[in-house]
Amino acid sequence: MINSILSTLIFLPVILSLPVLFFRKENYKIIKFYSLTISLLVFAFAIFLFTKFQPESGEYQFVERVLWIKSTNTFFYLGVDGFSMLLVLLTALIIPVCILASWNSIKIKIKEYFFLMLLLEGALFGVFLSLDTILFYVFWEFILIPMYFMIGIWGSENRIYATLKFFLYTMFGSVLLLIGIIWVGFLASPIPGLFTSDLIEISRISSTLPLDKQVYLIIIFTLGFLIKVPLFPFHTWLPDAHVQAPTAGSVILAALLLKMGTYGLIRFSMGMFPIGFIELTPYIAVLAVIGIVYGALLSIVQTDMKKLVAYSSVSHMGFIVLGTFALTVEAMQGAIIQMINHGLSTGSLFLIVGMLYERRHTKEIVQYGGIKKVMPVFSAIFLIVSLSSIGLPGLNGFIGEFLILIGSFNSQNLGSHWYTIISTTAVILSAVYLLWLFQRVMLGPVEKEENKSLKDISKIELASILPLLLFIVWIGVQPNTFLKVSENSVKKVLTNFENAKKSYEQKQIERDQLKELEKNQQSTQPIQE
Amino acid sequence: MLKIFYLVPLLPLLGFLINFLIGKKINNEKISGIISSVAVLIPFIIGVGVLFEILALPPEARTIPIHYFSWLFTGILNVNFAYVVDPLSLVMLLVVTGVGFLIHVYSLGYMHGDKEYHIFFSYMNLFIFAMLQLVLADNFLLIFLGWEGVGLCSYLLIGFWYEKKFTGDAAKKAFVVNRIGDFGFMTAMLLIFNNFGTLDITHFIGKISSGVPLNDGLLVAIALLLFLGATGKSAQIPLFVWLPDAMAGPTPVSALIHAATMVTAGVYLIARVSLLYSLVPLVNSIILILGIFTALLAATMALKQNDIKKILAYSTISQLGFMFIALGVSAYHIAVFHLMTHAFFKALMFLGSGSVIHSMHEEQDIRNMGGLKDKLKITYITFLIGALAISGIPPLSGFFSKDEILWNTFIGSNPVFYIIVLFTAMLTAFYMFRLVALTFFGKPRYNTDHVHPHESPASMTIPLIILAVLAAIGGFVGLPHYTGAVNYFEHFLEPVFRQASTVYSTIHPHGEHSITLELILVAVSVIAAGFAAFLSFRLFSKKDKFENEKGFGKILEDKYYIDEAYDYAVITPIQKTSENFLWKIFDVKIIDGFVNWLAGYFVKLSADWRKIQTGVIQDYTTITVAGIVVIILYLLFL
Repeated sequence: MINSILSTLIFLPVILSLPVLFFRKENYKIIKFYSLTISLLVFAFAIFLFTKFQPESGEYQFVERVLWIKSTNTFFYLGVDGFSMLLVLLTALIIPVCILASWNSIKIKIKEYFFLMLLLEGALFGVFLSLDTILFYVFWEFILIPMYFMIGIWGSENRIYATLKFFLYTMFGSVLLLIGIIWVGFLASPIPGLFTSDLIEISRISSTLPLDKQVYLIIIFTLGFLIKVPLFPFHTWLPDAHVQAPTAGSVILAALLLKMGTYGLIRFSMGMFPIGFIELTPYIAVLAVIGIVYGALLSIVQTDMKKLVAYSSVSHMGFIVLGTFALTVEAMQGAIIQMINHGLSTGSLFLIVGMLYERRHTKEIVQYGGIKKVMPVFSAIFLIVSLSSIGLPGLNGFIGEFLILIGSFNSQNLGSHWYTIISTTAVILSAVYLLWLFQRVMLGPVEKEENKSLKDISKIELASILPLLLFIVWIGVQPNTFLKVSENSVKKVLTNFENAKKSYEQKQIERDQLKELEKNQQSTQPIQE
Repeated sequence: MLKIFYLVPLLPLLGFLINFLIGKKINNEKISGIISSVAVLIPFIIGVGVLFEILALPPEARTIPIHYFSWLFTGILNVNFAYVVDPLSLVMLLVVTGVGFLIHVYSLGYMHGDKEYHIFFSYMNLFIFAMLQLVLADNFLLIFLGWEGVGLCSYLLIGFWYEKKFTGDAAKKAFVVNRIGDFGFMTAMLLIFNNFGTLDITHFIGKISSGVPLNDGLLVAIALLLFLGATGKSAQIPLFVWLPDAMAGPTPVSALIHAATMVTAGVYLIARVSLLYSLVPLVNSIILILGIFTALLAATMALKQNDIKKILAYSTISQLGFMFIALGVSAYHIAVFHLMTHAFFKALMFLGSGSVIHSMHEEQDIRNMGGLKDKLKITYITFLIGALAISGIPPLSGFFSKDEILWNTFIGSNPVFYIIVLFTAMLTAFYMFRLVALTFFGKPRYNTDHVHPHESPASMTIPLIILAVLAAIGGFVGLPHYTGAVNYFEHFLEPVFRQASTVYSTIHPHGEHSITLELILVAVSVIAAGFAAFLSFRLFSKKDKFENEKGFGKILEDKYYIDEAYDYAVITPIQKTSENFLWKIFDVKIIDGFVNWLAGYFVKLSADWRKIQTGVIQDYTTITVAGIVVIILYLLFL
């Protein structure tokens, strides 16, 4: 099994999701318990993978490589390094949480819902484990299908508009990505004229492509990722999708789907086109910093809880992008741990909002107030989650934010302190929007009659959020457990980047000499005549 | 005792966890309260033990690092969960746990009957835990952990009675204003790490004192940014506005957090990196001037307040200003000395005010009090000791510390500053005796039929008595030089501040000052304070009619409208721009408008092009023929 451990991980939820289709659809309980069991099984399997994983090595591990499509030279090529390992663990954690969160809130088409959930899990693993561009693209696009239905079927009133917007907007980015994959597959093939989709082969050659080609390619590649992140100003699909999605949909969207964007940024954009990456830095860094402040400012004035959290996502994801472009070990580590943190914190925030919505069927902040009195345990959890998102030291959010800031401050690639200094203002703004939200919802007297009899958090709800709280505290107190996992992979990624830059320079010299030579030949020819 | 030092932070943490998680199950005020108090008492005892152990060592060897585990390790960043026990952190440890314990005991009685009794004590323990991180940490990041932790506890405890409307506002304001300061702290850490490669205080100090030429601008920036952090936590101009509102919390909280300990964190921080500040005289001048301004401004505001806790709050801001004045003239041990004596007398007065409020059925307006001295004997006497101490009447503790600040202002800056500070000290005595006179003297101005003031229970009065004793005699550990006695306090702290003092005295060489001059100034300040206290007492002890304030008095009562100015200049514009422009226009209309327009455009385009597909066979044939003709023509002529 060790030889095919990664494909097992991908196909385990997919294959085991099929029996769900054959259950009688009235047997809600069985469907739910079965799905939960499967997701827990997958989680256990992911932990098993983690115990076998060797963080000392920055290389890809458990590599599988089987020819898949001969004509395009495409392989079923998987591998995991410290970076993707963490995202795999996050995925394996979030899915059971989402199943629990959907326990009582999903009331129609239960069978289809849980089937799609497990399918989605397999595809997400696929995205984070693929080392072949075509394979990656297949998983990447596949994600859209379950997500499209999740918002479109189980969403709120305006779900069709939201899901279509989500689908088309991200699809637009994906199409560009496909063009990029095809183009670079020909351009960077080791054997001229033969298409290749092997990420590692491509990266070796694509990184030495001339500047203009790299810039075109990275733009085509990256746009799709940036839309997914989403980076300002490509973010407007996100609040709509979040507001309309069911709770678990929002959690998956925030915790996992957005990470596909930042993952792609590091694994593909940065790995394949280092020079293009450097060229792009000032533009994207500016957008990231704008996003950090802009998302926070918009969060402050939202009246809908889900929109508020959605805009805060824009702000937090900006941090991750900034950390990525800083190109230092600390900042990159910060970006990776922040991906996990954002998954935990924002995921929890959506769970929290979902729990309130279950009780009152509204997401309008003004409908609440004084809830702490009737829901004390819930209130404590809400506060801890908010503080994690605010970045209070001792909880997870701070670790990521701080590493990104400290690593990007002197970054050569960014070239200015100001990106970091402006971003640091988010520590003020995040306290404003989250504490104000908490105050308006939880504190003060209970004024609305409907709120006086709300029930405190239920056992199932508690079970869904406690695992996230555990990691929120764990990462805050002992981040080294997780930093250690990705440390060497990050160093490897950065070394590769430096090497690629050098080989580009080498190649550039060769190209210049060649040009010189051609010029000389051209200029000498007439004399010979 | 150093062997079991880990208990010092661990016990408050455990106390927090027990009361927070299972306090409700325990459902017993006594057990909750005792667990929580013991969790602070034992660390205090250990602290005393460590004090004796340290005193047995030679002065140079009194810095003991304690390493627990690696907290944050990646790249070249390596931050440990590690403490440093030295005279400075030990003084802080003893103040925090000592005064903290007394306030815990006091709370046993004060919070009696509250339905979230156990939660209150869990937060108090969490606060002690965080404060201990702050004062014991050996690196900036761990200080920051404590720094934010105490901020959180302050938030939780200000908003403890969350069902009242204004407590939430006050709590959020405290947190957010502090976060502005934290922005400074964070940015300072970024600068320190990226220029010195460490967040370790010892390493950092080592690097700036190694004699390697340093970038002055860099040091100024770091010093200013840390100071910005300090102005937030220690309620100095421009970030002092949160502290008066913080009085919305229960009174023991005001005593512990907003008087004795947390608000002094900024003073501690600057004292901790005193060497840095001694290298940048420019920043010292800024600290000095802002300290003077804060002290004066807050004292004037205190003159016209009528809420007993608000007066004490402004007084705290003013006294913190005094500590910053001491920092500004590089008299670090005096800043810490005043920090300690202030912790005694101000905690005493807050607890005393709590006792008054308690007995008056939550009345806080001193205009509705009067004549309480006979009803609340212990509260009255202890409060009076506190008031005399803060006014600087010898030989109480406040006299020694405040007089040292005055003297150092005189020799370290200029006579104008000295006169302002002296004037502020007079104001202090004045507003304090106004408070004493209106509360305890004169005729009762409350409804004697409904309110029957009574002395508080022993759990509240005993801490008052102990604190009163400390406020009275606490100053004797730091006797001034002119008395000819040994200043134990200065000697004890000397190793910590030695480097800074050396640098300071090379920059500011000032010769010997005559003891006569010092004695004259002492006499002047004592007479001034005594006169102010006397005048105030005469004015207010018989007063029973209160008119509405007019003119300047009104401005003072309304605190110079600074809150309103901030609201108008900062908060409203940000909110309005974000809501009315950034969100509703820029985001919805422009960015998303473009996205939707683009989608709509394609829909429209398709709708137009669809018309080509008419479904009429003749149309298709016509187009096909036309196409063929075009192709033939193309082939023929081109």
